[in-house]
Amino acid sequence: MSTAIKETQKMIEEVLEGYPEKTRKARARHLAANDPSGECSTCRVKSNVKSRPGVMTVRGCAYAGSKGVVWGPVKDQITVSHGPVGCGQYSWWARRNYYNGRTGIDTFGTMHITTDFQERDIVYGGDKALEAALNELRELMPLARGIGILSECPVGLIGDDIEAVAKKVSAEFGYPIVPVRCEGFRGVSQSLGHHIANDTIRDHVLGRGSMEKSTPYDVALIGDYNIGGDAWASRKMLEEMGLRVIAQWTGDASVNELGIAQKSKLNLIHCYRSMNYICRHMEEKYGIPWVEFNFFGPTKIYQSLRKIASYFDDTIKENAEKMIEKYKPLMDAVIEKYRPRLQDKKVMLYVGGLRPRHTIGAYEDLGMEVVASGYEFGHDDDYRRTYPEMKEGAVIMDDATLYELEEFTRRLRPDMVGSGIKEKYSYHKMGVPFRQMHSWDYSGPYHGFDGFPVFARDMDMTVNSPTWNLIRRKR
Amino acid sequence: MRQIAVYGKGGIGKSTTSQNVVAGLSEAGYKCMIVGCDPKADATRLILHKKAQTTVMDLARERGSVEDLEIEEVLLTGYRNIKCAESGGPEPGVGCAGRGVITAINFLEENGAYEADTDFVFYDVLGDVVCGGFAMPIREGKAKEIYIVTSGEMMAMYAANNISRGILKYAQSGGVRLGGLICNSRKTDKEYELISELARRLNTQMIHFIPRDNEVQRAELRRMTVIEYSPDHPQADEYRALARKIAENKNLVIPTPLSMDELEGLLMDFGILESEDAAV
Repeated sequence: MSTAIKETQKMIEEVLEGYPEKTRKARARHLAANDPSGECSTCRVKSNVKSRPGVMTVRGCAYAGSKGVVWGPVKDQITVSHGPVGCGQYSWWARRNYYNGRTGIDTFGTMHITTDFQERDIVYGGDKALEAALNELRELMPLARGIGILSECPVGLIGDDIEAVAKKVSAEFGYPIVPVRCEGFRGVSQSLGHHIANDTIRDHVLGRGSMEKSTPYDVALIGDYNIGGDAWASRKMLEEMGLRVIAQWTGDASVNELGIAQKSKLNLIHCYRSMNYICRHMEEKYGIPWVEFNFFGPTKIYQSLRKIASYFDDTIKENAEKMIEKYKPLMDAVIEKYRPRLQDKKVMLYVGGLRPRHTIGAYEDLGMEVVASGYEFGHDDDYRRTYPEMKEGAVIMDDATLYELEEFTRRLRPDMVGSGIKEKYSYHKMGVPFRQMHSWDYSGPYHGFDGFPVFARDMDMTVNSPTWNLIRRKR
Repeated sequence: MRQIAVYGKGGIGKSTTSQNVVAGLSEAGYKCMIVGCDPKADATRLILHKKAQTTVMDLARERGSVEDLEIEEVLLTGYRNIKCAESGGPEPGVGCAGRGVITAINFLEENGAYEADTDFVFYDVLGDVVCGGFAMPIREGKAKEIYIVTSGEMMAMYAANNISRGILKYAQSGGVRLGGLICNSRKTDKEYELISELARRLNTQMIHFIPRDNEVQRAELRRMTVIEYSPDHPQADEYRALARKIAENKNLVIPTPLSMDELEGLLMDFGILESEDAAV
């Protein structure tokens, strides 16, 4: 075992000492020193298990995964938060999934629609209220192409038959009404919500869309939620390569796009965690291959372009090379500008689905080093993809607690931390430069050639802002 | 004010028994109230002489919420000034009837349904303790005294034992006690002895054995208690006796529920269940 690993393990043990014994034992399994070779058996973290009560996890729930991540961005579908008003209110457009269209007319992404359960709906059941709401929605928004019924906890507790309502109304409306059983008490995190949402797309929408003609270059962009315009930046590149993007899942997506992805020749998956389920299904049922790629930062972009092109003919392969040739000078210019300001700066990440590993390359392009990274709701397959991306002895965290994040920050002294809204203000108070890496802090896109300059500028702005010098650093 | 909850297997005669007991208590001069905690809303029909009274939840559903109700609309007065309320709730298979019970009881409390000079409040609760809502009447500050209606039938005894388990939980946290088993006879074999023994094993008493009599049926068809319909009938005296025993009852205990094996063993001891039957 290397010294780097040993030192990190010692530091983790010190942090764990702050816990009572039972908690210490439980949490020890979720923290590890990284071993890229995979030889060190104690360097793997346990994941996707129930959070320990009392430790202040930042995880979400199944509803958050289904509504906030997968179904929410579908633009011409009305997403109904079925239950009391709070869940819908507090998850209202939290992920900045951009879309084209006229909101309230043919697209509904930024609208908050709920059946607003009252006590009588709990006692007498909410099925009638739901049906009435669906009928109202059809009258108010005749251009909707689908409705998702996202079930909140009470609906599952009282056992409402939302499937029966959905089936009946769907037949009348002539478009999919999708009942999503994503009650928040199910599963250990938002991860189950992604899976449930994938299954409902499979059962109610996939294979039911229409597409006039096929080409040999048809691909589907899966697991890109168009946060701050990410999917548009990615799509532009794929099109420049000569591919035809027939579906974007689910950033700026239409219901029809969800219904035709099975006609693609290759599924390109960006956020593996939230959508690998549907890719596996399409592979099994329709024989469509899928490939993971990474459009953060030029190094990973070049690799990914070549990897994607390898599934197609020489024209596409040549196009990929031409693109790299064309954009490399631009990317080099970005690096040239920001690298001197960011060189050797240390980053700590604690995010969701793909960013704990996918953004590492982009930071490294800027000369920065990710010294710690972790997932809120990752599974073992996520961590196995992460270990090789990180340096030996880096800290790997699963379902980290606020205490652990603070302690690691104190010891590792990162120059910036990238995490979510729940962590943001405690870091601000600690005087540590912070960037929201769930929603790009009102910025973006970060994907692709369009995104990298924005990413580089934002990281520079964060790390080198003179504001931090005015705050007493609590270290 | 003594608050009493009546539990028991569905169809065992909880509503009939409690209404007759309340009629008996009223006749003896006590001021009584009945709170029906069952969506079927049949806990007050013999007192009010009507099919089903307006319930708290049904009216709340019509108006929008319980805040839109007045207490007079749902707290009615019947035979011998007995106050009657029904929680109401959904038809079978939808919604959450338990939540309805919670909401309704809270409404009655907040709106002063429990007057200081009331002597007895009877909660007539649906079947088994199926969820938290149906345990509402025995939570902190409400009924401290429970009577379980049962018969010599296996499933009624099984339900009585199961309800005792629920009481045990609340006895430890809230101070509720079991007052006894009321045997509503179905004329099964050795019924008197069997229920007396079950009561003993549960650490309680069989407070009364109500014989089976068709007069109850005749009175019910006229939407009346036996005490009102045929006050001179011997069956009316049975209910008066039960009412007096409840009024005088000091034997309030924490039950000791049996395991399933013990319960079957009890039936075997009485020769009702053969050991080979039990093995099936």
